Amino acid sequence: MSVTNKHVDFFRRKDRLLNGGGNKAAEKQMALGKLTARDRITALLDVDSFYEFDLFVEHRCRDFDMDKRVLPGDGVITGTGSIMGYPVCIYAQDFTVAGGSLGLMHARKITKIMDHAIKMGMPIIGINDSGGARIQEGVDSLAGYGEIFYRNTLASGIVPQISVILGPCAGGAVYSPALTDFVFVVDKISKMFITGPEVIKTVLGEEISMEDLGGARVHSEISGNAHFYARNELECFHKIKQLFTFIPWNNRRKAERYPAKPPKAKFDIERIVPMDSRKPYDVRNVICALCDNSEFLDVHANWAANLVVGFARVDGETVGIVANQPMVLAGVLDVDSSDKGARFIRFCDAFGIPLITFVDLPGYLPGVEQEHAGVIRHGAKLLYAFSEATVPKITVILRKAYGGGYIAMCSRHLGADFVVAWPTAEIAVMGPEGAANIIFKNEISGAPDPAEMRRQKVAEYTEKFANPYVAAASGHIDAVISPAATRDFLIHAIQISVNKGESRPYKKHGIPPF
Amino acid sequence: MQTPETVRELVIGGVTYETRFTKKFEQRAPYIAPDSHLVRCVIPGVILSIAVRKGSRVRSGDPLLVLEAMKMQNEVRSSCDGTVRALRVAPGDTVTKGQIFIELD
Repeated sequence: MSVTNKHVDFFRRKDRLLNGGGNKAAEKQMALGKLTARDRITALLDVDSFYEFDLFVEHRCRDFDMDKRVLPGDGVITGTGSIMGYPVCIYAQDFTVAGGSLGLMHARKITKIMDHAIKMGMPIIGINDSGGARIQEGVDSLAGYGEIFYRNTLASGIVPQISVILGPCAGGAVYSPALTDFVFVVDKISKMFITGPEVIKTVLGEEISMEDLGGARVHSEISGNAHFYARNELECFHKIKQLFTFIPWNNRRKAERYPAKPPKAKFDIERIVPMDSRKPYDVRNVICALCDNSEFLDVHANWAANLVVGFARVDGETVGIVANQPMVLAGVLDVDSSDKGARFIRFCDAFGIPLITFVDLPGYLPGVEQEHAGVIRHGAKLLYAFSEATVPKITVILRKAYGGGYIAMCSRHLGADFVVAWPTAEIAVMGPEGAANIIFKNEISGAPDPAEMRRQKVAEYTEKFANPYVAAASGHIDAVISPAATRDFLIHAIQISVNKGESRPYKKHGIPPF
Repeated sequence: MQTPETVRELVIGGVTYETRFTKKFEQRAPYIAPDSHLVRCVIPGVILSIAVRKGSRVRSGDPLLVLEAMKMQNEVRSSCDGTVRALRVAPGDTVTKGQIFIELD
């Protein structure tokens, strides 16, 4: 073969493979509002930044006449590229090739790019769109899943891992996304479940649509499996890019610093928080009033919304925000919000992102359902995560900080580096009503007018204890500051925390109450 | 935000807070105390055989029926002493979680 012919042969082979499952399959994909795997990579990465790995890989299945079938790229596209200059490893399952089913070589391509990401300190993005295990390949396909899960676990805390669910992701396949740091879903396109509607119908006789069982809304509002929800694929890619501006490449680097920008004027901090601690407000407005350019990326925005977590910048530095949300369930801690908070805190700690905690909560959510759902062990995750974190920890108490909730929300006692309170703060062992009922039980029951006596005693307790000064007198908080001075304080705290060093006794790893 | 826009009241520690509820909180099931005289299904499946009949006296630990579920023939045993008041299922029935199998006196 002449050199020219070799080149012709190369382009012919390459073109055939680049076409994936062919035009007809691609049209079917697009009719569902989905991009093809290759288009997704193009849409997400910087222009011309993609370098493909393993385009010429072929599957090795010889049973069931599989040897006669050509599966371009074995149903997955892998490679490296960049997002806004940020280097990433990426894989995208190609539904147009054998339904994106996962066989041995398909999995090997994924594990290869994951190994590369771990070694090179690059984030991994996995675009999932697969019918599941390639049944013809039998147990080899299961081996493939296992090897991916193993690497997800090895990579955890080393490089950020992002899963994008752009199609079905069912059965064992769901566990790779579940092991990664951030899961993105898209309305009407994402479907995640362990057992699908068919099996549920056969076994249980219960009929449910795929959407109601494991659609994007379910996972971003009810189950909490997904962190980000988008209405379409392009919006999803936009959100991924936004996330990348906040997180570092790996655990040895700091997140990129951006030029510091003041918050937008419309967030007037003095007017956001009502004086009456029983009145709700949106704590995200407090966050926006304090962070650079009022830009806040809400993680798990629609799940366990009684706790807000997400990324923002202060003085150009990325910070992780954890805040009670009085607007939803009065901002209580419960099973889901503890879980949500703990996971986020551990991400920030692993990747060197300072934590800012805003406190305003009446305590834990009462109820049989919560107790039986294990609010004790789930709540413990939050204590564990805050205590374990060695990144700079800054706590601002806005209004209520009572009882166990006060301790859990990154109090000084859990190792916070800075704890300040607004003059509106109420830091006490419990709310005035509860406390007065216990302390003055005999006075109240023995009074001629118990209701009036209770009112008096509650007022007495409120006057004496529902303020930040008792805690300040004991040094449990460092300072009482005005809302208007809070941003300057946060900037100061972030700036002087750059060299924070905290060494702890060696251990293989802790045992968090998973 | 998937919460209803209407402000609701939530009482915590004797204080009434104005707030919104989450969908999950609104949909939570009320607690019902379990009754050990009602033998319930804990895993969906198919009834293979029933070892008791109406009026049978059973002791705690006695086998009541065999339920095939998750590729396993599970023996369902009584958790208390009593007499079978009613059988609510028959062999071959597909049963769902929470369904009552047998009522004991």
